Amino acid sequence: MVWTLVRRGLVVGAIAGLLAGVFAFVFGEPRVQDAIDIENAASAHASLAHVGDWVVSRDEQRGGLFLATALYGIAAGGLFSIAFAALRGRGSQRTDWELSTRLAGAIFVAIVVVPFLKYPPNPPAVGDPETIGERTAYYLILLVGSALAMFAAARVMWSMRSDAPPWARPLAGAGTFIVVAGGLALALPAIQEVPRDFPAPLIWEFRLSSLGTQAVLWAALGVGFGIATVRAAAAHGRAPARGERSVAAP
Amino acid sequence: MDPAANVQPFPLRQLLPALLLGVLFMLAIYLVQYDQGVSQTGSLLHELMHDGRHLLGVPCH
Repeated sequence: MVWTLVRRGLVVGAIAGLLAGVFAFVFGEPRVQDAIDIENAASAHASLAHVGDWVVSRDEQRGGLFLATALYGIAAGGLFSIAFAALRGRGSQRTDWELSTRLAGAIFVAIVVVPFLKYPPNPPAVGDPETIGERTAYYLILLVGSALAMFAAARVMWSMRSDAPPWARPLAGAGTFIVVAGGLALALPAIQEVPRDFPAPLIWEFRLSSLGTQAVLWAALGVGFGIATVRAAAAHGRAPARGERSVAAP
Repeated sequence: MDPAANVQPFPLRQLLPALLLGVLFMLAIYLVQYDQGVSQTGSLLHELMHDGRHLLGVPCH
């Protein structure tokens, strides 16, 4: 049964990754190209040359986008299905649909929205290559810390008495998450590397398209996995009934 | 009333092999996001997935 869930996670994850790739291709790819054009125009300062001497062409990178989002989707779907299997029957979610959609939403907030708010993604041509190691480390610390904060918030909610008033659970959960994840985000150093003369609309649109790409992926994963699980359970529920009838028939 | 209300949780022992597989999934995410030569493809994978990395929101150069 665990492996059924994992296989389902991989398949739904691949689909979610491809859908996210389509979104990224339509809304994000033009912004990436704009940024690279700016970068190339600037690399009359030759040392900054970024794309010119690459082994992969721009067209191949556009195709590689789908490879990247599909691989990421498959891996995310696999991890999602393991988390789903581990949490099923242990939390306060009463149905597979509820667990699947809420889990995806919680993961999206924890590992996408929180890191996005503190360390928003940048298009090519923004960012100092010297600090990439540092930036990546802070980003990962926040991502992992935020995921742990979400788990802590869920534990707080599940531990509450079921006769508590309806607002008690969500307020306690949200409060725990905001205090822990928000505290960590505040404690980590700020990074601001967007050049002063870089077009603001381009940064804004790029970041929105990046957030949208992740939103499409996690929405598709939560909804798709939920639908597949509910349908599988319904099909499973009917099968023995048919068997019983045939046994009962004289 | 609600049949899903009392789902039996999977025993943790049954989950263990799946958790090991989870490490593999994390490796795949690492390949997409950070690999710069570990996979013995030089910078090929890294450059091929350049746009995806930017648009998935990972810090990149």
